[in-house]
Amino acid sequence: MLKEKYQAEIDEILSRYPVKRSALLPLLYLAQREEGYVTETAMQEIAGILKLTPPQVYETATFYTMLNLKPVGKFHLQVCKSLMCALVGSDTVIGWIGTKLGIKPGETTQDKLFTLSSVECLAACGTGPMMQVNDDYYERLTEEKLDRILADLRQTGTSSLKTGPFMWPEPANAVKG
Amino acid sequence: MKTYEPILLKNMMQPEYAGSLPEYERAGGYQALRKVLGKVTPAEVTAVVMKSGLRGRGGAGFPTGVKWGFLPKDYQGPRYLCCNADESEPGTFKDRQLIERDPHQLLEGMLLACYAIGAASSYIYIRGEFVLGAKILEAAIKEARAAGYVGKNIFGTGISIDIWVHRGAGAYICGEETALLESLEGKRGLPRVKPPFPATHGLYNKPTVVNNVETLANLPHIMNRGAEWFASIGSPPKSTGTRVFCVSGHVARPGNYEVPMGITFRELIYEQAGGMRSDKKLKAFIPGGASAPFLTPDHLDVKLDFESVALAGSMLGSGGVTVMEEGTDMVWAALRLMEFFYHESCGKCSPCREGSSWLVQIMRRIVNKRGRMADLETLTDLCKNIAGRTVCAFGDAEVSPILSTLKHWRHEYVTYIHAAEAANLIRPEPAGAKH
Repeated sequence: MLKEKYQAEIDEILSRYPVKRSALLPLLYLAQREEGYVTETAMQEIAGILKLTPPQVYETATFYTMLNLKPVGKFHLQVCKSLMCALVGSDTVIGWIGTKLGIKPGETTQDKLFTLSSVECLAACGTGPMMQVNDDYYERLTEEKLDRILADLRQTGTSSLKTGPFMWPEPANAVKG
Repeated sequence: MKTYEPILLKNMMQPEYAGSLPEYERAGGYQALRKVLGKVTPAEVTAVVMKSGLRGRGGAGFPTGVKWGFLPKDYQGPRYLCCNADESEPGTFKDRQLIERDPHQLLEGMLLACYAIGAASSYIYIRGEFVLGAKILEAAIKEARAAGYVGKNIFGTGISIDIWVHRGAGAYICGEETALLESLEGKRGLPRVKPPFPATHGLYNKPTVVNNVETLANLPHIMNRGAEWFASIGSPPKSTGTRVFCVSGHVARPGNYEVPMGITFRELIYEQAGGMRSDKKLKAFIPGGASAPFLTPDHLDVKLDFESVALAGSMLGSGGVTVMEEGTDMVWAALRLMEFFYHESCGKCSPCREGSSWLVQIMRRIVNKRGRMADLETLTDLCKNIAGRTVCAFGDAEVSPILSTLKHWRHEYVTYIHAAEAANLIRPEPAGAKH
């Protein structure tokens, strides 16, 4: 139960809004953080916390693509396929991942480590092709970089190749013009 | 190459600048707030912003001061400011940089806007994928609260302003201001029928202003340096100030470039962004995000201001400029964008929900060499029955890739269809078809 484990965090979230229902997305995120996806039990519990009917929670949860309604792999590789990334090779990236991991968009590896999704624009159009892995962005992808990222993820659970606070072109280049 | 004084990117262009509160203060940060809070009346702040000519940087370009002026003067209950940080328009990636590299610039802008409209609570609605941006903003708000810039009784003036970060969860439509409000209320992000407008019936049905990140980030500079200064930059009187243009696609140096409005696309693409990435010539560009109709090399000397781009048959929109080189398949490009709009249609209005599905099916049929000549008429006809017939501007946006590529590169569609005819792959016409 979320309430027993996260009472303080739930109270803090509720304190931000004059109307309880506004806390719905934050609480769904909390549920997803706990289980890796949003379970029906969690949605029912959240409905109780916010004094909503379960359908009110489902209709919101099913509208948003970032809320997973079924389990995904430990690392969710989300490759942007919108035009701006496609112009600079995002389809190739999806192909590389397919070859390396044996999965197509929508599939998860047998060991449940990687899920591949092709997604719409992630607002990194100047640094494509790119992908988001769980919370982190990886940009200006090359095959070599992808190999390192996948190896890092397997070994350490993260990779130093992820993007930090974003600026492109980088300051030095920007000053030089 | 001509260089321009950066305003919004000035701090972050210093290689060592990391956006912390002490750094922002050293660079003159929060001086505008000190100068204004309790010393200049909210009405005067609004008047300055109106006089500066600042227009919304999110896409629609509505004058910011005028938007604030729509709030009821005599209403005693709560009012809200929502910062639109849902940056989802394909081709746009400026707000992400403004948030992650100089968060206090945005916070100071929000505090000034809250003061001007009389809001004690404000929310930053940030797209869910910007996890790092949300963390950076939360840390910055914490710093600002500890320093007394955010919270109760700021500078002892009796004025209290709170700022909260609210993460979206993956829906392009939530960048539309009324869909954003619905989403912030914990509902599906379906745009509202207007009127009433958010100015009177916004968040929780209270008077509300929704402003884009870049719009708000301009406010400290306007209050520090004055309306006249701001209005002298760019392409006055209608397009004042700078814009952070996001250049993507087949250029040598993609990225964010802050320049005064009114420079030409040629200068932005060939000087700022370093020109094309290879020997291939420019074939097409999108001037203002995925919702803006495609333009051609004939439009390179069009000025980057609201009116000039509109006159050229497109829109300045969100400032996302996407460049395509010779050899880019324009039917494929239009299909890619159409797939985006199909995926993101919220489903509220039938013309958009059903129409986007039909458009994608027909476009895929053409690209798969199963198209027929009558499809081009059907595409045009469908587009005409979507644009202008929906609750929000999404309907107008989704038809622009197809209509503009049909206008400029119709022969590429025809080539696909001729290939289909030659290969004898066309499906039989339905019985009784008029075509």
